[in-house]
Amino acid sequence: MPKIQDFHLWPDVHGRFGDFGGQYVAETLMAPLAELTEAYLRLREDPDFLRELDRDLTHYVGRPSPIYHAERLSRHVGGARILLKREDLNHTGAHKINNTIGQALVAKRMGKPRIIAETGAGQHGVATATVAARFGLKCVVYMGAVDIERQKINVYRMKLLGAEVVPVTSGSKTLKDALNEAMRDWVTNVADTFYIIGTVAGPHPYPMMVRDFNAIVGREARAQMLEQYGRLPDVLTACVGGGSNAIGLFHEFLNDGGVRLVGAEAAGEGIATGHHAASLAAGRPGVLHGNRTYVLCDDNGQIIETHSVSAGLDYPGVGPEHAFLKDAGRAEYVGVTDDEALEAFHLLARTEGILAALESSHAVAQALKLARELPKDGIVLCNLSGRGDKDVHTIAAREGVEV
Amino acid sequence: MSRIDKRFAALKAAGRTGLIPFVTAGDPMPEHVVSLMHALVDAGADVIELGVPFSDPMADGPVIQHASERAIAKGVGLADVLGWVAEFRQRDQATPVVLMGYLNPVEIRGFERFGAEAVAAGVDGVLLVDCPLEEAQVLAPLRGAGLQQILLAAPTTAPARMAQLCEAAEGFLYYVSFAGITGAGRLSTQDIAARVADIRQHAKAPVAVGFGVKDAQSAKAIGAFADAVVIGSALVERLDGAVTAQDIAGRVGEFLGPIRAALDAG
Repeated sequence: MPKIQDFHLWPDVHGRFGDFGGQYVAETLMAPLAELTEAYLRLREDPDFLRELDRDLTHYVGRPSPIYHAERLSRHVGGARILLKREDLNHTGAHKINNTIGQALVAKRMGKPRIIAETGAGQHGVATATVAARFGLKCVVYMGAVDIERQKINVYRMKLLGAEVVPVTSGSKTLKDALNEAMRDWVTNVADTFYIIGTVAGPHPYPMMVRDFNAIVGREARAQMLEQYGRLPDVLTACVGGGSNAIGLFHEFLNDGGVRLVGAEAAGEGIATGHHAASLAAGRPGVLHGNRTYVLCDDNGQIIETHSVSAGLDYPGVGPEHAFLKDAGRAEYVGVTDDEALEAFHLLARTEGILAALESSHAVAQALKLARELPKDGIVLCNLSGRGDKDVHTIAAREGVEV
Repeated sequence: MSRIDKRFAALKAAGRTGLIPFVTAGDPMPEHVVSLMHALVDAGADVIELGVPFSDPMADGPVIQHASERAIAKGVGLADVLGWVAEFRQRDQATPVVLMGYLNPVEIRGFERFGAEAVAAGVDGVLLVDCPLEEAQVLAPLRGAGLQQILLAAPTTAPARMAQLCEAAEGFLYYVSFAGITGAGRLSTQDIAARVADIRQHAKAPVAVGFGVKDAQSAKAIGAFADAVVIGSALVERLDGAVTAQDIAGRVGEFLGPIRAALDAG
């Protein structure tokens, strides 16, 4: 691949990021995707739409989120300064709402009164149910039956917000199957239904649209760095499942060649064990859920079941822009194990008084590694994409504690 | 002339409507796929659509998804499917076989390798559900090897795009008769008739209509204006649970017999 000067030129008009992305969907979806693409391309340039989005991001979500120097954590590590982008402080407790509020506004402008979504851990489902309530839209969330059992609190939360949660019993009964089912609903009910995808995967325009709505994370962070530190960080890190919080942080920095970008994937019990969800670190190019990207599959091309202690990273594909950034050599993707993430979770809790989501704990673990490699005046900026309240039961159960 | 083109030319010459049954390769029994294919031909199939099982069949309904899951659970992969086609070809060189499925298994096998293997096995066409015209450049090695790419058209397809599909169509154009997944039943026959009549005027290939066709009556209604009728979910459902080759062949005959008769009477 020739050296790329401007990383903001992608995707092209076909939704491709180099060899990745695109619209690998059945013919029946081509028209709805074209309708959505046209509407979104118009709205992203519409000052009135952008003002409305900005107003809700400020007054409803609570943006901007701060960057916070985790001094005690940094001192504990004894390396570079670790800064945290506090997406956990957003309304609903994660970056997910940046995207759902954007897409709900698109739905509203397109005149679609019904919202559907897929969810794994339930975070995207809750963020979708939240904005559906906020805008008075009907909301149906598809969730794997296995995940429903694992995430009862989030299921109840969605119901409190007025959403209907539909159990998905096909396949592995997890996130990927929920996504398949939501896609089917959309094909069947496209006239009145808007499908809010929760990550930077799926067919074009979703990887672009979800990225755009999350890119506020990096825009704020870059400006905050220049204002508060007079410089850019040496390295950014964020966890990568589908990759929406990572691309959200990375995107504004893509053309800052001096800033290293490191994505932390879920290495589960270790990549060598096969029980992981590290699509970029251990997968291969293929096609899943409407886009070409790195996927975890067997030699027959069947998508395999993934493992991570964090449900939000438990996905066998990854956003196509990450695949592109990996192959272009612009970003690196490394595995962080369940144990490393849990250790980072506890360390952050005790040194800084912050309970991070298990997903985000992967990024924290990676930040610790990176900080050790850098001199004391170096800066690691880590996306703390969500708060960990939702995970306390999982952690307690894993550690044999009765709550 | 390809096997598919020859078959449709013969149908046209005889004034008959084609019957295209779909079965998931490896379901209900991997050891009886070849005898199932012969049974389909004996019951009047003009083209066989053989589904390649995939773990995430996004565009299929629950019936075909479950058939896929059952086949995968029994270890069925693309190599098995190619092997069965080759075995089928030992006795039947005339009936076209189209592999229907999703891109990932083909991409993982390698487009060039798959193209060569499929042609050697006697496959005539591929219908890769998640590969619309816009992405079809990845299939160049398959077409180079001699496989025809069967394209889908839908009620939601916009006019300009329909013109492109008609122009690019080869083998046959597969019109999905309602905007939804396979196996659900919502069918306004008049609507479909009008659209298909228009497409048949412009398409460079015959038009097969499918999705939601489930019995002799619906097949006859569709057969009145289509070049061929595709039957999938209803057949797969009928075969579920059959264990012996004899039982499978019996169910195929019982199910397709009245449909074939209805098409020929129309």
